[in-house]
Amino acid sequence: MVDTTFTQPAQTGARPDGLRGVATDWASDQRAFKNVSWGKAMMWIFLLSDTFIFGCFLLSYMTARMSTAVPWPNPSEVFGLHIGGVSVPLLLIAIMTFVLISSSGTMAMAVNFGYRRERRKTALLMLATALLGATFVSMQAFEWTKLISEGVRPWGNPWGAEQFGATFFMITGFHGTHVTIGVIFLIIIARKVLRGDYDVERRGFFTSRKGNYESVEIMGLYWHFVDLVWVFIFAFFYLW
Amino acid sequence: MVDVTPDAASPVPPAEVAEVELYHPHSWWTKYVFSQDAKVIAIQYSATALGIGFVALVLSWLIRLQLGFPGTFDFITPEAYYQFITMHGMIMVIYLLTALFLGGFGNYLIPLMVGARDMVFPYVNMLSYWIYLLAVLVLVSSFFAPGGPTGAGWTLYPPQAIMTGTPGGQDWGIVLMLSSLILFVIGFTMGGLNYVVTVLQGRTRGMTLMRLPLTVWGIFTATVMALLAFPALFVACVMMLLDRVLGTSFFMPAIIEMGEQLQHGGGSPILFQHLFWFFGHPEVYIVALPAFGIVSDLISTHARKNIFGYRMMVWAIVVIGALSFVVWAHHMYVSGMHPYFGFFFATTTLIIAIPTAIKVYNWVLTLWRGDIHLTVPMLFALAFIVTFVNGGLTGLFLGNVVVDVPLSDTMFVVAHFHMVMGVAPIIVIFGAIYHWYPKITGRMLNEAMGQFHFWVTFLGAYLIFFPMHYLGLMGVPRRYNELGDMALLSESAHQLNAFISIMAFIVGFAQLVFLFNLIWSIRHGREAGGNPWRATTLEWQTPQTPPAHGNFGKELPVVYRWAYDYSVPGAKEDFIPQNEPPSAYAASRGAV
Ligand code: HEM
Ligand SMILES: [Cu+2]
Repeated sequence: MVDTTFTQPAQTGARPDGLRGVATDWASDQRAFKNVSWGKAMMWIFLLSDTFIFGCFLLSYMTARMSTAVPWPNPSEVFGLHIGGVSVPLLLIAIMTFVLISSSGTMAMAVNFGYRRERRKTALLMLATALLGATFVSMQAFEWTKLISEGVRPWGNPWGAEQFGATFFMITGFHGTHVTIGVIFLIIIARKVLRGDYDVERRGFFTSRKGNYESVEIMGLYWHFVDLVWVFIFAFFYLW
Repeated sequence: MVDVTPDAASPVPPAEVAEVELYHPHSWWTKYVFSQDAKVIAIQYSATALGIGFVALVLSWLIRLQLGFPGTFDFITPEAYYQFITMHGMIMVIYLLTALFLGGFGNYLIPLMVGARDMVFPYVNMLSYWIYLLAVLVLVSSFFAPGGPTGAGWTLYPPQAIMTGTPGGQDWGIVLMLSSLILFVIGFTMGGLNYVVTVLQGRTRGMTLMRLPLTVWGIFTATVMALLAFPALFVACVMMLLDRVLGTSFFMPAIIEMGEQLQHGGGSPILFQHLFWFFGHPEVYIVALPAFGIVSDLISTHARKNIFGYRMMVWAIVVIGALSFVVWAHHMYVSGMHPYFGFFFATTTLIIAIPTAIKVYNWVLTLWRGDIHLTVPMLFALAFIVTFVNGGLTGLFLGNVVVDVPLSDTMFVVAHFHMVMGVAPIIVIFGAIYHWYPKITGRMLNEAMGQFHFWVTFLGAYLIFFPMHYLGLMGVPRRYNELGDMALLSESAHQLNAFISIMAFIVGFAQLVFLFNLIWSIRHGREAGGNPWRATTLEWQTPQTPPAHGNFGKELPVVYRWAYDYSVPGAKEDFIPQNEPPSAYAASRGAV
């Protein structure tokens, strides 16, 4: 008896669905996630890791805020804008959130058109997304400038616990960096789409791998993630 | 691109995806230096890790010089002593063990063992190494920076790691250390994503997850853990860097230094401890799980027996990996946290003993009535089991709050963690190098030198670390450069310290023999052939040794069986490679 038995389920066309399907896929050869490309899998796992980074940042912020003995500055006043003598709480931040969420919409449309191989529309929508992202970052820069001019510093502020400035600048800064990197890559990929790189499978300059439209979708994953993180930052900083 | 003709009789389903083209280097530079080939990257990682690890070894001699013969060496000032232990600990844990297991063995073995031509994203993989190298260089530069490296202890606890008047926070050391760690995390993430995706999505036909060699399971799980644990270290480093450079107060309470009230206030040093140990405990298993996996394969191969309870072994790895994320505060029993927390973390800590014990039993049962060949890799594997059990048992002591509180920060702790995460994984690394060196170079390591290296290292390590338990129980504190005339210490304690130091130098010397062996055998070792250990896993079935670019020649291997078909009754040989078709199918194919 030389042969060990084969438990490998034969894969003939249809796969079972539900949990059983998951188990079958995981027990099968070659790929644990069928129909998920390498690039997409890599982005998902990276985002999981990045979630832990943001999670640690936000938990640290909550710890600081809950354990400080000094009063925490009142967000609706600190983040309010004075327009025509009236203080409107959260105005700027509402616009910023709106802009960023809209950019997720344009991104989703770009992905859709990417799959239809509509070069121009895809590229334009990606550029629109980049523009919205850049708008978001500029408004954030404006908000930072305003707070700094009012005396908020990483090591202190006029209204209370000094961790306010520290956590605010650190976390929004880290998120803003993510958005900025996203904008840069949006522009790079939009350029490739526009040039038709993905239609002719032109090779990447660094990786010399053949390009294809999936990059648009992977970019989309990242972008939606950055948006999602913002929702949490928004909730924890501005609404708490 | 391989054209796989559909074959109805094949017990393995046809290929699901076409192969991805490999990147082919065109110049010497892209072939050997900026190489995208995982095997070259693996060697670069390993060489760098061993190089910096050697620095940590030398540091351990300096530490022992001081502890064994206090007052004799003027150049080891108390500050210098702190710097030595800090750098020794940090280098050993992060820059040697983590980098060598995941960047070194991971890169070399994953693609070969799962039957892939390379990692899924070779370019990112290459970047990973260069960023790691940069991290190492930044770390090394701190030896030459004003004030020298940081002396904060490898745990970098604030506030002393931040305050400028302490060996921890003075001058540039801490800033360079934090920057280096941040770089390390970034570099590691690039590599880690590759390892994970290669295992999940890049396997060859027939290679199911439950046919993976345990080595791959160990490295894979450890990598997933690292991707989830390093974020905490990253965040802790960023925040501490801000505290130090910008004057924020994440970790700094209101504090007075040299009679002066510092600008800081309101921060929490305990927060740092939580972040650090949320990374730090999984880190123990990040270096232990690859060791578990490798040892399983070494034992099975050199005892010519299938691994006992393969499924259990896999699940134990996964369960240990998961549990290790909920035990971190057992490092913080003395930090003043709520006693209920201590209770919770003690319980979870002790639960980990269950899957760990399963693994140990299974190793022993694999050996049971096996055809044990006492080759050098096997000796190291056996030594690992003993050492790991030893370190694990003292872990049960330290996991209990009431026992830990008096033992905390004594040499007992030093003895415990050296046994369990110092000596044990290092011993596996040695065993693994003896085992895979023939595949990497085509030649065997010299056996006599290997035996010498093994016995001196194994016995020596016991002679070094066993007495430390005793010193710790007597109350000798950890991180003290000098004991002075403590009334609690008998004269014999000092003699014991001198003895430990002498043993440390002897063990250190054995490592030089090993290093010499590594270099000497490249040219003068015995020719190994493709499969000197008669092993079943795919890396031994490559057409060339050392494996060429692309690993497997024209066609990727197809896997028909698990990795542990040793001594199968009735088989021609006492091992059946994973890519050997079942006889009925092979016959039918031959007939066509
Ligand atoms: C050559 C063998 C080794 C010797 C002789 C040695 C010796 C020592 C000594 C004497 C200390 C400091 C004790 C004190 O005063 O607190 C120490 C600390 C330490 N060692 Fe080792 N060690 C060795 C290998 C390793 C390895 C392989 C690791 C890898 C995990 C390691 C990790 C550490 C850590 C984490 C510390 C704590 C540093 C700190 O307190 O901040 N050592 N070692
Ligand atoms: Cu632990």
